[in-house]
Amino acid sequence: MTTKLLFYPGCSLQRTARPYLDSLVAISPLIGIELEEIQDWNCCGATEYIAIHHLASHALVGRNLALAAQQSNGTHTVMAACSACYLNLAKTDSYMQVNAQLNRQVNDALQAGGLHYQPGTVRIRHLLDIIVNDIGIEEIRRQVVRPLKGLRIAPYYGCMIARPDRDNRWDNVEHPLALDKLMKAIGAEVIDFPLKTHCCGGHMTQINMPTAYELIRRLVYGAAQYHADLMVTLCPMCQLNLDAYQSEMNRHFHTNYHMPILYFTQLLGLAFGLEPEVLGLGKEFVNASQALSRIGIELPAAEPELEMVEDKPARKKKAKAGLPMPQMLHSEEEDE
Amino acid sequence: MMSKINHSTAERVGVYVCHCGSNIAGVIDVEAVAKWAAEHLKDRGVVIARDYKFMCSSLGQELIEKDIQELGLTRVVVAACSPHLHEATFRVACQRAGLNPYLCELVSIREQASWVHTDKHAATEKAKAIVSGGVERVLHHTPLDPLHVPIHPATLVVGGGIAGIQAALEIADAGFPVYLVEREPSIGGHMAQFDKTFPTLDCAACILTPRMVSIGSHPNVTLMTWSEVTNVAGYVGNFTVTVKKKARYINTDLCTGCGICQEKCPKKIIDDTFEAGLGYRKAVYTPFPQAVPKYPVIDHVNCTYFQKGTCRACEKLCPTDAIDFNQEDEIVTLQVGNIVLATGYDIFDARRVAQYGYARLANVFTSIEFERLSNAAGPTNGNIVLRDGVTVPKTVGIIHCTGSRDRNFNNYCSAICCMQSLKFAHLVKERTGATVYNFYIDIRTTAKAYDEFYQRVLEEGTIFVRGRVAEVTDAARMPTEEGKLIIQVEDTLAGRQRRIPVDMVILSVGLEPRRDSHAVAKLFGISCSSDGWIIEKHPKLDPVATMTEGVFVAGCAQGPKDIPNSVAQGAAAAARVLGRIQQKEIALEPVRASVDESKCSGCRICNGLCPFNAILFHEDRMVTEVNPALCQGCGTCVAACPAGAISGTVFSNEQIFAQMEGLLLHNIERPPITEGVLT
Repeated sequence: MTTKLLFYPGCSLQRTARPYLDSLVAISPLIGIELEEIQDWNCCGATEYIAIHHLASHALVGRNLALAAQQSNGTHTVMAACSACYLNLAKTDSYMQVNAQLNRQVNDALQAGGLHYQPGTVRIRHLLDIIVNDIGIEEIRRQVVRPLKGLRIAPYYGCMIARPDRDNRWDNVEHPLALDKLMKAIGAEVIDFPLKTHCCGGHMTQINMPTAYELIRRLVYGAAQYHADLMVTLCPMCQLNLDAYQSEMNRHFHTNYHMPILYFTQLLGLAFGLEPEVLGLGKEFVNASQALSRIGIELPAAEPELEMVEDKPARKKKAKAGLPMPQMLHSEEEDE
Repeated sequence: MMSKINHSTAERVGVYVCHCGSNIAGVIDVEAVAKWAAEHLKDRGVVIARDYKFMCSSLGQELIEKDIQELGLTRVVVAACSPHLHEATFRVACQRAGLNPYLCELVSIREQASWVHTDKHAATEKAKAIVSGGVERVLHHTPLDPLHVPIHPATLVVGGGIAGIQAALEIADAGFPVYLVEREPSIGGHMAQFDKTFPTLDCAACILTPRMVSIGSHPNVTLMTWSEVTNVAGYVGNFTVTVKKKARYINTDLCTGCGICQEKCPKKIIDDTFEAGLGYRKAVYTPFPQAVPKYPVIDHVNCTYFQKGTCRACEKLCPTDAIDFNQEDEIVTLQVGNIVLATGYDIFDARRVAQYGYARLANVFTSIEFERLSNAAGPTNGNIVLRDGVTVPKTVGIIHCTGSRDRNFNNYCSAICCMQSLKFAHLVKERTGATVYNFYIDIRTTAKAYDEFYQRVLEEGTIFVRGRVAEVTDAARMPTEEGKLIIQVEDTLAGRQRRIPVDMVILSVGLEPRRDSHAVAKLFGISCSSDGWIIEKHPKLDPVATMTEGVFVAGCAQGPKDIPNSVAQGAAAAARVLGRIQQKEIALEPVRASVDESKCSGCRICNGLCPFNAILFHEDRMVTEVNPALCQGCGTCVAACPAGAISGTVFSNEQIFAQMEGLLLHNIERPPITEGVLT
């Protein structure tokens, strides 16, 4: 059965996050989703615009929603893979529902283009939510032909998808487990990453580098402490900040971290047996060759491997004896 | 029962409108209401209408009594507060003056008018309509006599924690029989798990176990542990209670409590109940050495014999042959006059506050875990150590209000956590010398000697940080934080964010109603708040009674409270029960349903609906009858009867319709009443 979705790609996926788009397109048929791109969509306003011009930022998003509503043949679900796009679309839709004045103003603006949007017409959802809650972990598990055994992953959600949880889609907003479960389902070893919803720096990389470096450092340091082979993300901005600025951050702090940052769709694709090339692998700044070679995957020829001299702190030991640990909620199925 | 009664002379109605200080008079023009009633309801039998500052005062009541005697009133309407509050007051006043108390009607112009309206004119008009409805209704009242039922002298106490123990002992010491039913294998409740009790720091076991022993040996107490109440029938004075005694698989006549079975049982299980998951027990066990009764139980879910059919080690080694694998659950029926519910509380599940890391981060403990950790009889013999079982913490953070005072979880204050956290701070300091941080929102130490204890803990050097902790994490930002748990908190007194690395975190978790509190409330015919705490009859003036006669509540079942308050409530509930028993009988409201046999079609729709089993069906005559001794006057059958054959005293159709006519002021245009009111 194929699930049809109205797809809002957003600007990032066409440029900096091209591997995210490529890998999503590659796995779509395997997980039974059909993407129908919203015709003539425009920018969502990213993280900045709402702070600069409130009404215009909502009108900008309103146009996308109006187009999506118009196009909705057979589905009312709009899917965004980018967390910022998802949040902006969902935010405008939700604000228009509760704020009659904003609703009127946005629709006044849309009228100039002959458009109208009735808030609540489309349901805006993030890709991860669709995969975990609609397609289901079990279905994903069935598709796996190359389990990522031995790959140690830090699941990183970023700050924009779990909170606010308007529709009760996440198991826990402070410490979500959806991506953890998904990664376990494809055979990876998942660390209990305590920083999973902490900030990646956001647009601090544009306006205040020292702040951005510190926020990036905390995440990379945290993942390295847990001996993660790589971090997996679902947000183009998180990926860009952690990947593209990692070497600058290293220079800033005189450190030597090497933490590849990949999209979760790329790892799904690998587990489904797809070739690295079609998943956009090899385009990341922090080369993932060594991490992926642990599971026998050769990346397309990239620049020569950086020397890894990072001295990792000793892996935390689990207490063998001592007092029993309380059981985690949901832990039974997870530990399978 | 009451229907069309012709009175030989016209009724004489007195109307009394209460100011209730400014509660009513601040919104409603009470004088105008009284004047209006005197003028416009004259033709409906009103001979006098007065207003008075406080009708419920003795002067106000005397006013009514005097009018009854001097003006020959035959009916009284008081417009004041809700019948819930003062119906009984005015009925008794009428009775003193020689008028049948059921000829008095209290209508509410406070809760239903002055308190809920701001438009003074409209509220006054509404009050007039309410008075008019009351007058019209009271004309249809008939004199009634209360029903007297005997009180069975035995009492059921449900729950063997400290509140239930106190209630049971007080009643038993007064010479009356008590059945104490406890779900767990032993009485003792949560208090038995504690090490020290605040603020005096006396050992919990030292003060609790003598009480438990008294229960176990008291000639008036029948102790039923490992048992649950499954059904409650009847009414105050005459409850029939069904109790399921779960199979212990131990013949208690033979068992001496020697403990060899527990020692030899090869099956070890994490004890989630008494040891809060920190320690182990066997498949045959008593939860703790001082358990009362001393007999163990076999946990058949974990017992190797029950699961695999082999083992029987306990049976082979028991010196008195007390093991009996063939035992079955036993159903016991008890007759009791009163019931005390002391079912206690559950602990808030700390895993729900995911950002505090409980069950993810090994060295995050809950308060109940810490109680076991610090208990000399606990899994570490009272050594305060980390989850590895050996390392003594050098820094400890105690987080107050976990799950309490938090709109994401419970809005209420759990009442005990401040003192509990202070106690923990003291114990950690005393036993380990560690640096202790307490993270609090407010410190609430309001009972006797509590604040002195707080000052003592302050002087001992515990560091207090005011602010709700945002996160407990093991994600270090710098090497100095590595291997620690970092508490991220906004210090609201210093006005800045702080990161405090500690070795151990104790979450002072709140109290929650028992997970099955709604089902238990339903079983006993009482109600819970939306939170799940049992609702008392009056939050200030009747905190241990419930809205169901003969069912009382004590301890944390009613809401979070500490040991002194639980004991006080247990004793208070016992005093109420003893008062009842010594009266030997109780007057019940004569609010009963009755069936007009000439109208009953024998459809039997009502038969299955009665929650009190008060309905009998006569097969021979094909009619239904209501047993007035069992009927509680709930009205379910009255509403259900398709033929209108069932009516309820005090809530008859005539009375209700008349009241509605009155409310709509349809009575005003009616021709004056000259004699006998009823149509």
